Amino acid sequence: MENNIKHTILETKNLSIGYKSKKTETIVASNINLELKEGQLIGLIGANGIGKSTLLRTLTQVQPKLSGALYLNNKPLESYKNLELAQAMSLVLTEQITSKNLSVFELIALGRQPYTNWVGSLSETDITVINKAITQTNITDLKHKKCFELSDGQLQKVMITRALAQDTDLIILDEPTTHLDMYHKAYILKLLQKLTKETGKTILFSSHEIDLAIQLCDSMIVMSKDGIVNDSPCNLIEQGAFNNLFPKNMIIFDEKIGSFRVIK
Amino acid sequence: MKNKYTYTFSILIVILLFCFFANISLGSISIPFKSIFSSFSANSDNYTSQEYIIQNYRLPKAITAILVGSGLGISGLLMQTLFRNPLAGPFVLGITSGASLGVALLIMGSSVFGGFFATLLISKWSLVIAASLGSFLVLLTVLIVSSRVRDTMAILIIGLMFGSITAAVVSVLSYFSSAEELQQYIFWGFGSLGDLQWEEVKIFAIIYTIGIVFSIGSIKALNTLLLGENYAKSLGLNLKQSRIAIIIATSLLAGTITAFAGPIAFIGLAIPHMIRQIFNTSNHKILIPAVFLFGAIVMLVCDSIAQLPNTDYTLPINAITSLIGAPVVVWLLVRKRKMVF
Repeated sequence: MENNIKHTILETKNLSIGYKSKKTETIVASNINLELKEGQLIGLIGANGIGKSTLLRTLTQVQPKLSGALYLNNKPLESYKNLELAQAMSLVLTEQITSKNLSVFELIALGRQPYTNWVGSLSETDITVINKAITQTNITDLKHKKCFELSDGQLQKVMITRALAQDTDLIILDEPTTHLDMYHKAYILKLLQKLTKETGKTILFSSHEIDLAIQLCDSMIVMSKDGIVNDSPCNLIEQGAFNNLFPKNMIIFDEKIGSFRVIK
Repeated sequence: MKNKYTYTFSILIVILLFCFFANISLGSISIPFKSIFSSFSANSDNYTSQEYIIQNYRLPKAITAILVGSGLGISGLLMQTLFRNPLAGPFVLGITSGASLGVALLIMGSSVFGGFFATLLISKWSLVIAASLGSFLVLLTVLIVSSRVRDTMAILIIGLMFGSITAAVVSVLSYFSSAEELQQYIFWGFGSLGDLQWEEVKIFAIIYTIGIVFSIGSIKALNTLLLGENYAKSLGLNLKQSRIAIIIATSLLAGTITAFAGPIAFIGLAIPHMIRQIFNTSNHKILIPAVFLFGAIVMLVCDSIAQLPNTDYTLPINAITSLIGAPVVVWLLVRKRKMVF
């Protein structure tokens, strides 16, 4: 019931994703119907090569959709201008940043680019937003360090802070937990959960940490060969959505403990 | 935040002023600083010989040195950020080669092609146009290729290939050229700051200023590009437009400088790195003015050395910049662990 009151940030209707060249159309997935609500933490999971990246690339307008409809804040995504989109959606990508000589503060300040003037001067509002983001992710002690001095886990926190400083309704993260140890994987996902509660922002992330996602997410998108389902983790377990994620002769999903098991 | 750099900037400005006057003072005859100041207010009708030298020879040369050094430094900085490669620069990416090709075609083309080329007057202006066109075409090609290949190393190799092609075309042209034309081309290749009349310095300064305006207009885009192109896009940056603006700035600067002063090596590559080391920042709002000041200083110093004070000899400026530039590049590679880009 509570979900119905919350307003929808991102919605897809019969969306088809894939690649189009002059002659052929390669459909990666079709008939995708998603509804991401305000203040939710949403995990996108699926096996390698199932099309998670293609879906994220389509949702972030890096590549065009094949067919169907895609709405951000009830407005068709393709009608957004560059700058307008930058004020509505921020990203944390898997790629490394080019210059690691930036200080943490400078890096986070770049998140304010969609709002700053032609030379990118920070206003007082900008600085307030940046400092608030730094407090929310608990990285005040890193503020004056250079990016090359940071560990992978610290850098990921900084990149999340940068996205937060961009002050958008929706933050999308592409595999934010890769290269991290177990503690930091849990830490980052818990941080994302905390941020959705505190800021009311919607956070969508793709991940291979299915166990953690089941425990922390408000909603999950499961991509498998059978199709794409979007529901709360409990409902998904009841529906058996996780059962066919991987070949059953290798890995099975144990519904009682909500976790995967390797068949010995 | 800004106060941190005020001190360094003030020092650079003082050094620049000192180098400017030292450069004017030094030469085949030494002119004391005092005479320099008095010559600025001298009446052009009754110049003394010292005043004449300063007004018509040394002052335009010193100004050219400032424009060349700062312009090459800034265009190198723009290329390094745009191509995300610390070894990029106008020279490495073949912009200078393109300009050389344009000039070679102009000077030596008439022997080979005759007709149309022979009718072109080889004035400073046609040299400028040929060099600018050549550099712009090469840069455009590099950009088109770079939008297809994601690997920045490939772009550098492509730039080097353009250098080879140019060298090959130039050697074919020189085979058919007269000794006089060949000499004219080789002298252009030595680089020279002292050949410009006031009239030419004015045009140079105008085109240079347009290039600088484009560079300053690109500061925000350059800073955004420090995160990589995908992040820059997600921050609302119009990638195509910014790329074109940066390329126009670079080709205007590198193209005109090569046209007026010849292909000056290494300044474009070495200056931005030295400034990153000194200021320890990647923020282009700091880097661009710093590179401007430092590039001008280095060029003035190189020119003063090239003049061999108190002798009648003038060394090719290009030899001096390379003698200083090459060890710097070696030093940078040796210190690579610290060379954060």
